[in-house]
Amino acid sequence: MLSDFPLWPDQASTVAPGVDALMTFMCIVSGGVSVLIFVVIFYLAIKYRRTPENQIAEDYEPPKALEAAWIIIPFLIFMVMFVWGSWLYFRIQRVPENALDIYATGKQWMWKFQHPGGQREINTLHVPVGRPIKITLASEDVIHSLFFPVFRVKADVLPNRYKTMWFQATKTGRFHIFCAEYCGTLHSGMIGWVEVMEPTDYQKWLAGGAEGSLASQGEKLFQKYACNTCHTNDATGRGPVLAGMYGTPVTLTDNSTVVADENYIRESILNPQAKIVRGFTGIMPTFQGQVSEDDLLKLVSYVRSLGAQKTPAVPVESPSSKQTSAGSPLNPGAGIPPQPNKGTTP
Amino acid sequence: MSDITLTGPAPEPHAHHPFLQHHFEDLGQQHEASTLGMWMFLATEILFFGGVLCAYWVYRIMYPEAWALAAEQQNKLYGGINTIVLIISSLTMALAVRNAQLGKRKATVGMLFATLIFGSTFLAIKSIEYWQHFHEGLFPGTHFTWNEVPALAPKVQLFMTFYWSMTGLHALHMVIGAGLLIWMMMRSWRGDFGPEYYGPVEIMGLYWHFVDIVWIFLFPFLYLIHGVHHG
Amino acid sequence: MSSVTLHDVRFVEPEGTRNYVTHDYGALSWLLTKDHKRIAILYLFSITAMFILGGFFAVAMRIELLTPEGDLLTSDTYNKFFTLHGIVMIFFFLIPSIPAVLGNFLLPLMIGAKDLAFPKINLLSWYLYMIAAVMGLYIIITGGVDTGWTFYTPFSTQYSNTHVFGVTFAAFIVGFSSILTGLNFLVTIHRMRAPGMTWFRLPLFVWAMYATSIVQLLATPVLAITLVMLMFERVVHVGIFDPALGGDPLLFQHMFWFYSHPAVYIMILPAMGVASEVVAAFTRKKIFGYSFVAYSSLAIAFLGFLVWAHHMFVSGISVYSAMIFSFLSYFVAVPSAIKVFNWTATLYRGSVALLTPMLYILGFIGLFTIGGVTGLFLAAIGLDVHVTDTYFVVAHFHYVMVGGAVMAYMAGIHYWWPKITGRMYPEWWARLAALLIFAGFNLTFFPQFVLGYLGMPRRYHAYAPEFQVLNVMSTAGASILAAGYVLPLIYLLWSLWYGRPAGPNPWGAVGLEWATSSPPPMENFHETPVVTWDAYDYPAMMKAMGETQNV
Repeated sequence: MLSDFPLWPDQASTVAPGVDALMTFMCIVSGGVSVLIFVVIFYLAIKYRRTPENQIAEDYEPPKALEAAWIIIPFLIFMVMFVWGSWLYFRIQRVPENALDIYATGKQWMWKFQHPGGQREINTLHVPVGRPIKITLASEDVIHSLFFPVFRVKADVLPNRYKTMWFQATKTGRFHIFCAEYCGTLHSGMIGWVEVMEPTDYQKWLAGGAEGSLASQGEKLFQKYACNTCHTNDATGRGPVLAGMYGTPVTLTDNSTVVADENYIRESILNPQAKIVRGFTGIMPTFQGQVSEDDLLKLVSYVRSLGAQKTPAVPVESPSSKQTSAGSPLNPGAGIPPQPNKGTTP
Repeated sequence: MSDITLTGPAPEPHAHHPFLQHHFEDLGQQHEASTLGMWMFLATEILFFGGVLCAYWVYRIMYPEAWALAAEQQNKLYGGINTIVLIISSLTMALAVRNAQLGKRKATVGMLFATLIFGSTFLAIKSIEYWQHFHEGLFPGTHFTWNEVPALAPKVQLFMTFYWSMTGLHALHMVIGAGLLIWMMMRSWRGDFGPEYYGPVEIMGLYWHFVDIVWIFLFPFLYLIHGVHHG
Repeated sequence: MSSVTLHDVRFVEPEGTRNYVTHDYGALSWLLTKDHKRIAILYLFSITAMFILGGFFAVAMRIELLTPEGDLLTSDTYNKFFTLHGIVMIFFFLIPSIPAVLGNFLLPLMIGAKDLAFPKINLLSWYLYMIAAVMGLYIIITGGVDTGWTFYTPFSTQYSNTHVFGVTFAAFIVGFSSILTGLNFLVTIHRMRAPGMTWFRLPLFVWAMYATSIVQLLATPVLAITLVMLMFERVVHVGIFDPALGGDPLLFQHMFWFYSHPAVYIMILPAMGVASEVVAAFTRKKIFGYSFVAYSSLAIAFLGFLVWAHHMFVSGISVYSAMIFSFLSYFVAVPSAIKVFNWTATLYRGSVALLTPMLYILGFIGLFTIGGVTGLFLAAIGLDVHVTDTYFVVAHFHYVMVGGAVMAYMAGIHYWWPKITGRMYPEWWARLAALLIFAGFNLTFFPQFVLGYLGMPRRYHAYAPEFQVLNVMSTAGASILAAGYVLPLIYLLWSLWYGRPAGPNPWGAVGLEWATSSPPPMENFHETPVVTWDAYDYPAMMKAMGETQNV
């Protein structure tokens, strides 16, 4: 009977029980205090009701210590709520290591999901159970919000900026996906399903349809847009070497440093003047308007793959030394695995 | 049952001042109320201009190069002259208030008129600046053209949006101020003001000084940004 | 202490004195009036009409939501309806309601003044409201707007094909109506109090209006400039908020919420003021902890400016920002809690009369408590991630705005109806309406908490089938609620002709407004009152009046 009238969705992620526990605590405390107030009001209103004998109230003031009590005690309870809520929020926002990468694009009025192996889905997302899934979010138009009620997570999806969210599913099944930020006519139609599968089933599903990994598609775009004419694999290029750059700190012309993450790479493609690497001039043209959101994802994936420790996307001789240690500015030529020159020579 | 004799202060025995509004007890209360009212109105103006100034600062931090380049398009000479003009106009305005307090009718009108002249000078110079900027293609929107550093053009257009809207709102307040000055001049000429009633001139002064102070912020923000040096 | 004599409290005029209604006749004498009481009546008509309009949109939405499919209205129409419901109810009903009707009418009376500080500006406020309302009506008729009342960019600037410019301009104008009312009240309270009316002898309603006016004065201009920038962007397409051109959509959200969060305190603070007056009158006692209640109004007004980004926890602000705003949001809950406890404590050893205004206020205290504690849920950021942008939030704000502010407005209308009109309304019909409203409200909105936690997002025209049962319950509640609201329209109008005439003080309450006739004369008091008694000094006042009022 109770299952016919659920008060909460399925708990299908690692954070869901924590969220529900906080909710239960809030309900008990708030409900308890509210009921207490209602009962006291009810009781006092009846006991001291106006009768011919009780026309005017006595001149009586309760002790002022009561005032202090009901300032301090609620405040302390609120602080418990604050701390618990913040702790839970940190868990929800901090993406764990070794998460599986999914890329999600929202546009009016559909969700597009891309797996690293290139598999693409619309409005449905297949994920393996028991593994952290990191979703990188981008919008092609207005603000949307990707919401998984059973995982208890949502994040707004913004245009022109990458955001991330993560979850780890704990049970298999088919669950709702909703857009949770009003985005126009078919906002309530921008919905879908997340299919959580056993890892073996997920692998089978993956094998079913891939058009080449995101990174390899990105490599093709890297040549198509002639990026390789400046971003060669050695110090002679007119642009910084990209191999090994991903995830490391980069020193800019004003001597500040930024970490070369996905947002940095994306920004450098669309707005190359914004953060120029020290030692280089601002001659890179902008690709704003030429590269679509999908293609941007692929290019970013490719550049990421160049920084990875494992086998790069293109066959090379095995690296002779590891990439430069984190914390030092990019030093062209030092410790970068040599790679064959892939594009046309400038 | 019908007890109608009341305690309370007896009405003032002197004649009712022609400009005392009936819901006030006396001129003193009326003066304090109007002055407080004007201060409160100026508080709303601080929040109003403050909002757009905050937005301006957010983008200034995000796009320092574009902001510096855009500020170089400004005519510092005109802006500088305008600043001096406005400061002098605040002086004449303060003198007008003083003269009204002293009951010097002609001097009050004279100082108000001087304030009007300086204010109009400001608006004239501003109009010339606007006209020049427009013909240089610096009005945001479909007619915007600025190609010195193409990659920064959208950000420079954003700066120009702030320039035009902030100075435009300021100019609108100046135009309203000019209208109010004319009204004050007419009332002054008519002999309305004297030592016991000069409130309207005083609050006119408050308004005018405020509009001046807004410009004191706008001028350095929009004209005097130091450039960012490339390494 | 007080030394009160009978003639301090009976400023009643002789027979035949004209009151503010009969003072002169003709439409122009009302449309060009400078009298605060007449302006309050003008507002009463306007906001009642807007409440009915906003209610119409709500009824249409709730009927649509009886079924999971979108089968009654098209998606675009539904989106316009929730947008217009929000805009009309917030800007044209809730924000003016208590201040512009009850505040305008009562503030000068309560402090012993003849009028507000700036009567002509008061009339200007009403005209600005009406201009904006007419613009809004024109826009509704010619196609409406579908951005949500929050106007998030870039949807509102680049993608919506509706009258965004027109509606934001109307909101801009009605904002100035609000600013000028706040300015007027602040100067009035500072400068026009009668002799002897010190700050701590003021009725708590006046303290509440003071705090509200601070917020109206300082927050609304930020909305004004934000809307100006939105309008500029909409027309010129320059990229202030458009990410493709370097703008930041989050900047819009920050600026919008910097006003719109304090705006909710504009809506609730006056309601709390009414609650204090009604509790005092219907317990015949001074509110417990008077100075705490007074200071808590100021604290809410101040702290309300510091919490705006709690509307943006999942928008993309940093984790540390989120924590700070969460902490401050818990802070602002404390003064509200203080008031609830203080009103409850006032009942102890009081003389409690469960008449209609008191029923509404007891309902207010209960529903505001529920609404307020669910705000605590939303302030817990780990929990907010799940429930934000769902029906949980919709339920929360309707509990505080409707269960809270509107119930208090109804309480105030009933409490001061005899003073405003000189007539009593029929008590049993009024009690029935109050109970219908209370029951209907809870049935409408409590299921929405569950809906939200289950995951139903807000602003959804069609929804997943498993949410239907709760939606049907909600619509059923809405029909009871609607009936509850229709009843007062009928019996209050009826009372104008057939209600029992009310004397100057039908409730036996303490306050300067009760010491003049019902309805009051044009100039409120023939002579300026001199106040020598404390606020709510019931024992002294009752003794001075010489008779007890068996109400």
